[in-house]
Amino acid sequence: MSVSRTGILPCCALLSLSAILPAPLWAADAANAFNPAIGLILNGTLGHFSREPDDYAIAGLPLGGESEPGSQGFALGESELNISANIDPDWFGAITVALGDETEVENAYVQTSPAEGLTFRGGRFFSGIGYLNEQHAHTWDFADTALAYRALLGTQYKDDGVQLRWLAPTELYTEVGAEWFNGSAYPAGGSASKGQGAWSVFVHSGGDIGQSSSWRAGLSYLNANADARESGDEDNPDLFSGSSKVAIADFVWKWSPGGNAYNRSVKVQGEYLLSKNDGDFIPAGGSELPYSATPKGWYLQTIYQFAHGWRAGVRHDQLDAGQNDATFAGSVLDAQNHTPQRNSLMLDYSNSEFSRLRLQYNRDESQPQIDHQWLLQYTMSLGAHGAHRF
Amino acid sequence: MKTILRKARAVLLPLLLVGGCTTAQAATLNIFACEPEWGALAQELGGDNVDVFTATTALQDPHHIQARPSLIAKMRKADLLICTGAGLESGWLPLLLRQSGNSKVQPGKPGYFEATRYVETLDKPQSVDRSHGDVHPGGNPHIQTSPHNISKVAAALLPLLQQLDADNSAAYQQRADDFSQRWQAAMQRWETKAAPLRGVAVVVHHRSWSYLQQWLGLKEVATLEPKPGVPASAGHLAEVLQQLDAQPARMIIRAAYQDGRADEWLADKTGLPAIALPFTVGGSEQAQDLFSLYDDTISRLLDGLAP
Repeated sequence: MSVSRTGILPCCALLSLSAILPAPLWAADAANAFNPAIGLILNGTLGHFSREPDDYAIAGLPLGGESEPGSQGFALGESELNISANIDPDWFGAITVALGDETEVENAYVQTSPAEGLTFRGGRFFSGIGYLNEQHAHTWDFADTALAYRALLGTQYKDDGVQLRWLAPTELYTEVGAEWFNGSAYPAGGSASKGQGAWSVFVHSGGDIGQSSSWRAGLSYLNANADARESGDEDNPDLFSGSSKVAIADFVWKWSPGGNAYNRSVKVQGEYLLSKNDGDFIPAGGSELPYSATPKGWYLQTIYQFAHGWRAGVRHDQLDAGQNDATFAGSVLDAQNHTPQRNSLMLDYSNSEFSRLRLQYNRDESQPQIDHQWLLQYTMSLGAHGAHRF
Repeated sequence: MKTILRKARAVLLPLLLVGGCTTAQAATLNIFACEPEWGALAQELGGDNVDVFTATTALQDPHHIQARPSLIAKMRKADLLICTGAGLESGWLPLLLRQSGNSKVQPGKPGYFEATRYVETLDKPQSVDRSHGDVHPGGNPHIQTSPHNISKVAAALLPLLQQLDADNSAAYQQRADDFSQRWQAAMQRWETKAAPLRGVAVVVHHRSWSYLQQWLGLKEVATLEPKPGVPASAGHLAEVLQQLDAQPARMIIRAAYQDGRADEWLADKTGLPAIALPFTVGGSEQAQDLFSLYDDTISRLLDGLAP
């Protein structure tokens, strides 16, 4: 009996079932179902700096972008508003607006839906170079970014342009990308080459080692042209014209018992940045000086989650101005025979994956005089569920 | 120029060959399953015609997974994605989808399958507010704890497999019929065996068992998490302890991946057995496929009932 059933059924069922796709039992069909995902990040700090943060500088290196180390006392950090949605079957769009005392469009881009591993993006976005560069500040493991990023990339390189990424169809995660930018943001500047003054290429690779460990490593190269790029004091800036190239090697390794990071996990992360600058530097109020230097920097950090919600971290940063030219004596490019470095300790507590309180101490030797920095920070996210980035 | 070309060829040719090999092998349907139960179900229905990768293990919390490079690389090659949905994977799946570069498995495409869309979900919140903890607007996503749901998902999955791999349509049908017969028989066996569990009061760690409770008639009297996803606190455990005085329970149950410290504490105070259930395939040594998952779940529950 059962034999004949299975013998006959296949063909009939094939005709009837394969024509009809399963219909979901429920589907969102309200008028506002097309509303995009909206997320808001709130953050604020209480800072104590033994040296005035407004006078912050790194010996021998110009500082551009948003490179202040923080604010003395109570301060509202940038609140971030994120809105994203699929535009149509082929396009996705997202915007992130940083709301502070000034409002700034951090990210605003459109992206094709992926096909054959290719993704195209256009608009304003964080470049895919390095590991930290693409991460929004609220996902950092410390309240501030690495010194090398602060000094060589103006904290984070983002610009207006286009990006093409390709993910190889291999067992090992392998992604290559290329970008072409306006060249208005540090370390580029002045939108050189008719507003096409910077480009980059990068490759990322990664995988798992057993159930418990996973890793990602990358190599990146940014070629930026600067045309009267501003650095230092906003009202009275130093100017640089020339080229600034940055190469980055990055890696991150994560461990948790059996891949379950609920109670315990470790994250080790490090990057090495090498920059090559050639051109002319005009210190504020001074005269043009030929500037050719190869500054470099690296950091290594470890985060240890020792209980559910609790994490501790250590970080070491080090920089080398890449020149010790006597002609720069007294200017911001005066390296003062000093090796800028910083050591940081961090403790944070997350009541849920949407809220975090953090205490951080930096022993900052960006200059020969030590700066003791204390930061108490809250970061909270509300609205759309944030992404668990690797 | 010539040397550059030669170098380019030396680099590109092996790459192309690797690409060619992988497409040649891809005669089977590549399935990316978010959780072990869907990986196991796909294997039941697909047999040798499918190549199943399971993104998480029974010892990992499916809410808290990161979009790891290895997962992105696996999704890149998938023809079909089988996930729970109802927000269970909302922290990592959207990111994987966007980074995978794979058009076949994007939402709205046939290669994107959410299991919870084919069952009536329980615990659908009246209002959605994070002050209530990790609530899911689409209802409780842990549908695999009832075999009836597995049947419904299997019925929805079959035509999809047949559509995506039409050449092997008859084979899927045959395997599905075979699975369905064995599953119906197993369900009867489980229901008979689990009869003593009807009406038994249980304390649950997280609301992981709503479907199991509905199926077997277990009665949930307390949860160790004060709110979904919020770890048990000393204060809340004391309340549960008091509550159990008035409304006694027979056992404390949790999923294999959940931290058992609060369960053991309560077990110590009350003398109730604290039981780790496999929750999904691979969650215990015995739970090696969907059938042994329920065999083991029921025998562990019955063991808990024994004095």
